[in-house]
Amino acid sequence: MRDLTLAMRRRTDVLTTLFFFIIVVSLFPLGAGTEKIILQKIAPGVAWVAALLASMLALERLFASDFADGTLEQMLLTPQPMFILVLGKVFAHWLLTGLPLVFIAPLVGLQYYLPNEAVGTMMLALLIGTPVLSLVGAIGAALTLGLRGGGILLSLLILPLYIPIMIYGAGVVSASAMGTTDLQAYFSILSGFLILALVLSPIATAAALRISVE
Amino acid sequence: MLEITNLACSRGDRQLFTGLNFSLEPGSLLYVEGRNGTGKSTLLRTICGLFLADSGEILWNGESTQSLAEDYTKEVVYLGHHNGIKDDLTGLENLRISTVLDGDDVTEDQIWNALKKMGLKGFEDLPTKVLSQGQKRRVALARLLLNSSKLWILDEPFTALDVAAVDLLQSVIAEHINDGGIVILTTHQEVALTSGQIQRLELGKKKNKNV
Repeated sequence: MRDLTLAMRRRTDVLTTLFFFIIVVSLFPLGAGTEKIILQKIAPGVAWVAALLASMLALERLFASDFADGTLEQMLLTPQPMFILVLGKVFAHWLLTGLPLVFIAPLVGLQYYLPNEAVGTMMLALLIGTPVLSLVGAIGAALTLGLRGGGILLSLLILPLYIPIMIYGAGVVSASAMGTTDLQAYFSILSGFLILALVLSPIATAAALRISVE
Repeated sequence: MLEITNLACSRGDRQLFTGLNFSLEPGSLLYVEGRNGTGKSTLLRTICGLFLADSGEILWNGESTQSLAEDYTKEVVYLGHHNGIKDDLTGLENLRISTVLDGDDVTEDQIWNALKKMGLKGFEDLPTKVLSQGQKRRVALARLLLNSSKLWILDEPFTALDVAAVDLLQSVIAEHINDGGIVILTTHQEVALTSGQIQRLELGKKKNKNV
């Protein structure tokens, strides 16, 4: 709740992420030409890479401002379990950076001549995948808190962990674009990632925050 | 009751203090004194659990604070060098959030009253970034008025405050001690007490003395 109020006060931060995604996605048709077949082929990959980078961009700020003004310390000292607080913060972060990407996905579909059902698949895949990005990213953000050059280190730490999500996320969109109707397996794996991240990430993040605050 | 036995802390390779022993009964005030860099802040952060001690134990009512975890943090208010308030939120919102997180059942009126008592009447609805340093400190200190915790750990609480606010804070601290609370603070100002006992702890010297 608190983070949402804060974000409303600083609307530009949210829009930056969204516009970053749109611009990265739009650059490819400009650079690679507007040939329909090529664009259709690269669309899933481009959309996911852009989503990764966009969520990466906002991650640094997840805990940094709380750390700087001492509110993070206060949070660690509340009688609330840190697990819940972290989950709340990550959820707020996802609402502001992940969810907008899901809604902007049809625009990507339009630019890349994706068939309608593939656009639907992409939205669903992003809906399941982006929370995983936020959750996994939170661990990295907590670990690199207060370090010099933390942003670059964060990318090095987190991007490799994003790879599995990207492979399956992009895979399901490609499969759907080629007309495959049985996508159950892809979604099962993506949901599996989500459940795993949902359970383990807040614990790891809370532990990392305690270390960083020392 | 807070008991510290054989506490040792170090930062990096530097040993700050070893073999620190003291205990605080309800209704007592502890001054932590010492030159810069003798580990005053580290001691305070260790007691509230933000910093891990090398060795030794911190007991709250006879139980280790680490095993008490959330039951202990409920009893503690810590105010450090940072005010712990969000610049983009108003004083009112800041306090509302911190009381919710602290698990205290506080009404809107109580928050308004606390801010009024801290001399922030008319500033309740402004984002704290437009307030002065002293006013921000007052917002942070207003938390003390709304809290039901027993143990207050205050790191240089008087910095940036004007004379009137210092007086006010001193009376708030005295009142808390009268009610059977425990206050640990680092400062150079004396707090006039009507009852209760004052202990002093000087860091950076060979022997720790209790007065």
